[in-house]
Amino acid sequence: MAIEVHNVSKRFGEFVALDDVSVTVRDGALMALLGPSGGGKSTLLRIIAGLETPDEGSVSIGGQDVTHAPARTRGVGFVFQHYAPFKHMTVYDNVAFGLTVRRAPKDEVKERVEELLGLVRLDGLAKRYPSQLSGGQLQRMALARALAPRPEVLLLDEPFGALDVQVRGELREWLRRLHEEIHVTTIFVTHDQEEAMDVAGQIVVMNGGRVEQTGTPHELYEHPSNEFVMSFVGPVNRLGDALLRPHDIHILGSGQDLYSDGSAVEALVRRVVHLGFEVRVELTLPDGRDVWAQVTRETASELELAEGQILAARLPPPRIFA
Amino acid sequence: MSSSETAVIGRSAVPRARSTDPGRARGHEREAGKTARRLGLRFLALGYLLALLGAPVAMIFYRTFEHGLAPVWNAVTQPNAMHAFWLSVELVAIVVPLNTIFGIGIALLIERGRFRGKWLLGLILDLPFAISPVVVGLSLVLVYGRAGWFGDWLSAHGIQVIFSIPGMVLATAFVSLPFVARETVPVLHELGTDAEQAAATLGANAWQTFRKVTLPAIRWGVVYGVVLTTARALGEFGAVSIVSGRLEGQTQTLPLYVQDRFENFDTTGAYAAAVVLALLAFATLLGMNLLAKRTRRDEVV
Repeated sequence: MAIEVHNVSKRFGEFVALDDVSVTVRDGALMALLGPSGGGKSTLLRIIAGLETPDEGSVSIGGQDVTHAPARTRGVGFVFQHYAPFKHMTVYDNVAFGLTVRRAPKDEVKERVEELLGLVRLDGLAKRYPSQLSGGQLQRMALARALAPRPEVLLLDEPFGALDVQVRGELREWLRRLHEEIHVTTIFVTHDQEEAMDVAGQIVVMNGGRVEQTGTPHELYEHPSNEFVMSFVGPVNRLGDALLRPHDIHILGSGQDLYSDGSAVEALVRRVVHLGFEVRVELTLPDGRDVWAQVTRETASELELAEGQILAARLPPPRIFA
Repeated sequence: MSSSETAVIGRSAVPRARSTDPGRARGHEREAGKTARRLGLRFLALGYLLALLGAPVAMIFYRTFEHGLAPVWNAVTQPNAMHAFWLSVELVAIVVPLNTIFGIGIALLIERGRFRGKWLLGLILDLPFAISPVVVGLSLVLVYGRAGWFGDWLSAHGIQVIFSIPGMVLATAFVSLPFVARETVPVLHELGTDAEQAAATLGANAWQTFRKVTLPAIRWGVVYGVVLTTARALGEFGAVSIVSGRLEGQTQTLPLYVQDRFENFDTTGAYAAAVVLALLAFATLLGMNLLAKRTRRDEVV
């Protein structure tokens, strides 16, 4: 179901959590709300779920105005940041909860719970209690629980935030595939730009309670509408007012002829940092300013990069945001 | 439960950190001093408990059974003693459920409610702790007695509150009101609202959320509150003493009966009834403990 958020504002005392925010989510989309903490992402998510009410503005799900509808009637599955498991219930009862409160027949509940436990790869753990599960397993249980009543919309608040890096990567991949399978309109909140770009088809960048930009990962990266977006969605070098991406700085080599067309500048290599596939080269420009360039391992070994070298480098046309 | 766990972890972590100290010998000395201090403290605490609680209670039991079981049995099967016993049980049976329901309700209001003047509710809730039961009894008489505010209306409708069961229920309920709420509030606070909100997004209404999510999570706080309420209601003397009129065989509860026997130089009767009262309290504590253990074994919380 499509979700429309119109001119929503929300204050908590003096603090403005959302300031006139409008967002449209297509039916079946997988969207990320990306931004620094305190930027209003979670508040927006909770307003869509009905866990908070907006001070101003409206929310509609599937064309129906739900601004003042209680959470339980919205048909929204919500996965909490810390999973909010029902600790006194088994995994089975946790997942079954959304069905048993609707008084679904027992065999139907059993079938659905088993199906979902299979989907989240928790079969065999049905009789465990949440305290006996790992973080990743809890996460998947929370997801199965949210999906059990077949929600129209799935909302996830920092779904991978509390997991270690490896598990996070696996779950990301898995969430994307799950979305391909079941096509439920999904919004997830994250402060990790890589995670947002990896998983989502559409990203809403939020900061200070406002939407900075909405677009595909490619659009945001290539055509950021302002300085905040550009520096949030990827690494940047700052040269006065100008911003440039480290991988757009081309290190050409050490030959004198490289300066002939006038596009190259001299750069002193201050430091070379090997980060696996990527090599980070810290440079000092003739005017004394420092930048860093991102090159591949191959380029680094071809150029025989070493500290103290003076090389020709070509800087991209800088981007300046008014 | 979590706080006791961290306490244990904290205690074992300290000596381990000590033993890695470079000054090992000094560490051992300090360790020994610490052990002595700990033992001393333990002895002091136990001694205090013994002097305050153990010795008097043991003495009562000893005096009661000094001449065997027969006189005790005779004393507790006296019609007035039996009546007092059943009246106390009746009061507990009415007051404890009432205060459990209202206690949980008040705890939810304090912890989950959003309204102005919430601090005032907390303050009022603690009043029964602060006010002497005698004052409670007197004020009930002032309000519900024949000369009280509702006196005319009550007697016109043939309802007698003071010197009868309703007044005693009121008095007992008043003095034992805070326990369930006060034990439940911190548990509710610790629980947080995430699980309740999760239940709401899963389609549960307020009652289903309370019954299936909130109540099971707070039940040990509630159970402890119920135990304390029961003990308090059973033992209540001051307020009930004033409100009941202490009519032998009619409005005499077990504590009042003990006092009455004692004043009439019937020490056997007084001690026997006192022992019954003490046993009732023990049974309450023991029963709740067993219940807690049995349920806890079935699940890992």
